[in-house]
Amino acid sequence: MHETAAAPAWVMLAYLIAGICFILALRGLSSPATSRRGNRYGMIGMAIAVGTTLVIQEIAGLWEVAIAIAIGGAIGFFIARRIAMTAMPQLVAAFHSLVGLAAVLVGAAAYLNPLAFGIADAAGSIYFNSRLEMGLGVAIGAITFSGSVIAFLKLNGNMSGKPILVPARHVLNFGILFAILALIAYFTQDQSPWIFWTVTGLAFAVGFLLIIPIGGADMPVVISMLNSYSGWAAAAMGFTLQNTAMIITGALVGSSGAILSYIMCRAMNRNFLSVIAGGFGGDAAAGAAEAAIDRPWKRGSAEDAAFLMQQAELVIIVPGYGLAVAQAQHAVRELADLLKAEGVTVKYAIHPVAGRMPGHMNVLLAEANVPYDEVFELEDINSEFARADVAFVIGANDVTNPAAKTDKSSPIYGMPVLDVEKAKNVLFVKRSMGGVGYAGIDNDLFYRDNTMMLLGDGKKMAEEIVKNLG
Amino acid sequence: MDFISILSIFVLSCFVGYYVVWSVTPALHTPLMSVTNAISSVIVVGALIAALAAAVPAAKWLGLAAVVLASVNIFGGFAVTARMLAMYKKKER
Repeated sequence: MHETAAAPAWVMLAYLIAGICFILALRGLSSPATSRRGNRYGMIGMAIAVGTTLVIQEIAGLWEVAIAIAIGGAIGFFIARRIAMTAMPQLVAAFHSLVGLAAVLVGAAAYLNPLAFGIADAAGSIYFNSRLEMGLGVAIGAITFSGSVIAFLKLNGNMSGKPILVPARHVLNFGILFAILALIAYFTQDQSPWIFWTVTGLAFAVGFLLIIPIGGADMPVVISMLNSYSGWAAAAMGFTLQNTAMIITGALVGSSGAILSYIMCRAMNRNFLSVIAGGFGGDAAAGAAEAAIDRPWKRGSAEDAAFLMQQAELVIIVPGYGLAVAQAQHAVRELADLLKAEGVTVKYAIHPVAGRMPGHMNVLLAEANVPYDEVFELEDINSEFARADVAFVIGANDVTNPAAKTDKSSPIYGMPVLDVEKAKNVLFVKRSMGGVGYAGIDNDLFYRDNTMMLLGDGKKMAEEIVKNLG
Repeated sequence: MDFISILSIFVLSCFVGYYVVWSVTPALHTPLMSVTNAISSVIVVGALIAALAAAVPAAKWLGLAAVVLASVNIFGGFAVTARMLAMYKKKER
């Protein structure tokens, strides 16, 4: 049995090195060129952490652990190989749920066998600090788990993206959260099983209740937030086990998720608290759509589009999630290649919420072999629309709506948008004039003099234009 | 280690995390999420300790289950990150 004596110095150093490897893994992501090396640092760090743990434990039962790792590893590897890039948000949500559940299981195991973790005295009484950290870790882990399961079901389409509003949900959620904290405080005085399991159960319930009222449009914020929670759960477990690798990692992941949530909120001009409160998305479609129908607009053909783009010096492509839904990435890249062959400069403009999670659209374009140095973020490219001859909008809508800058009554007023309307010509690919964007609002851009609407399926339209360019 | 040392490591790591994550290019935010997913599965360390201690069978089985879950995440997370990062290419010429 392990006594509470500190681990040998080399073990502490090994965990510290693992933690540093994880810092380097994130640091590598500052540019695509260094990112692959960064990912290798991450793997090395994990190997060091796992290896060190195995070396200092009794070897009996090692084969069971080896089987467990083999099963989990094979499943993980298989999923990673097969998953479609459009399904990344669901996958990340599913992975978050596993981190959360693993934290709960580790917490429960530590509760049942505290001596193995060196967190109890000889009589089996768990130390005060450890009870607190264990309680918090299990609660955060359980919230991460059930919240991520709901996020997964919504993103995967097994559950409607519409917010589900439970009556008096704020009171209910606050009540449960308060009960959890109160029970954890009580747990520090009395380590009875009913307290531990009630905390776990309530945390599962509140994770579920917190995410069901949040609409599909806010899911990028939700998965970032759950990313953060999974980090804090790992950190709390690190406190319990006094493990520096876990604490460093937990802090990194926790801050990472928090920063991504902030970036997503800012990109949608949404207040973090109002996202958490839920209820947004899927209910705004009614009013604005009617005013739209009678306004004059110009319709163009693939031939017109090809002609305009061939004459251009600078074409900026504005892709949105619709591009991925229509599987048009490859056709668009082909279009861009033909234009480049004719001496046209082609750039891509990406809004932070163009995809379904932070950076999603960049991955989808990279998958279609679009070089990353042709892809620009909103703040880097917005000034260039004024000198672009053509802005080619495909699969995006709300992120190009000029009303966000001018119309104070618009639900998206204040959201940073791409200044597409400043281009000499705007080519807007859209299925039909009737439908509206994700936020359910009409886009003033359709009726501008310099806009030409290309009605049809995104992929077919891009392919038609390619034919006309050839 | 005493609580204050651990807390110090935690607080300093939060600052490191803050600055490192802001330096991540927005184009790599999706790989950032998948790799943070993989590394937060370092809780496998706790799972291994539980799984290798035979004294309490229930704790051992919970530990083994946690090892399976964390391994899905570790292997899946690093592999899918590597797959994404391999797609990012520079312009030819």
